[in-house]
Amino acid sequence: MEDVIDIVSWICLIGGSFFLFVGAIGVLRMPDIYTRSHAVGITDTLAAGLILIGLMFQAGLTLVTVKLVMILLFLLFTSPTSSFALNHTAWTSGLRPILHSDAPVEQDGETDGRE
Amino acid sequence: MFTAAAIALMITMAFAVIRAFVGPTLYDRILAVNMFGTKTVLIIAVLGFLMGRPEFLDIALVYALINFIGVIALLKYFKYGNLAIGPGEAPKSIEKGQDT
Repeated sequence: MEDVIDIVSWICLIGGSFFLFVGAIGVLRMPDIYTRSHAVGITDTLAAGLILIGLMFQAGLTLVTVKLVMILLFLLFTSPTSSFALNHTAWTSGLRPILHSDAPVEQDGETDGRE
Repeated sequence: MFTAAAIALMITMAFAVIRAFVGPTLYDRILAVNMFGTKTVLIIAVLGFLMGRPEFLDIALVYALINFIGVIALLKYFKYGNLAIGPGEAPKSIEKGQDT
């Protein structure tokens, strides 16, 4: 039984680390604020949830698990709130997402070297 | 096993710091700082288990509260130009996205 709990905890922690990497690469590579906000949302909900659940498996039924559940619930409530506030502020300040129609147009049948 | 998660968290925090320095707009920096704060909460929790002292979770809980309030206050300041003004009142005109 101990081994099973260890393996499940290990899977949760590794999965959380994987989604942390995905979100971190997205934050660096995405083109504008709204898509970067999507990448941050992955790390704030999925990765944080998986890592905290992995820690809960390690802690067992103790007060530590109660604290971890409180941290997880708090993150799940505040992360969308701050994400919405940030994107709403960016929108009202005049930032607009990069759309496909903003892509450079072809001139005289020739491309400008980009796709 | 906690060491792997801690290393992944540190690399993610390093990427967030790079984004906070690169920008290019003010809101990208706030986004990166918010992400850094959330990852700080997680790394405090993981390090508590790594060192065998789960009492660190209290610090992580308090840090999550402070991080959320701080980001909301920062956004309100940059939206209205003043922390004492509310949404019903006329906001000060703010510059467009780009910081100086």
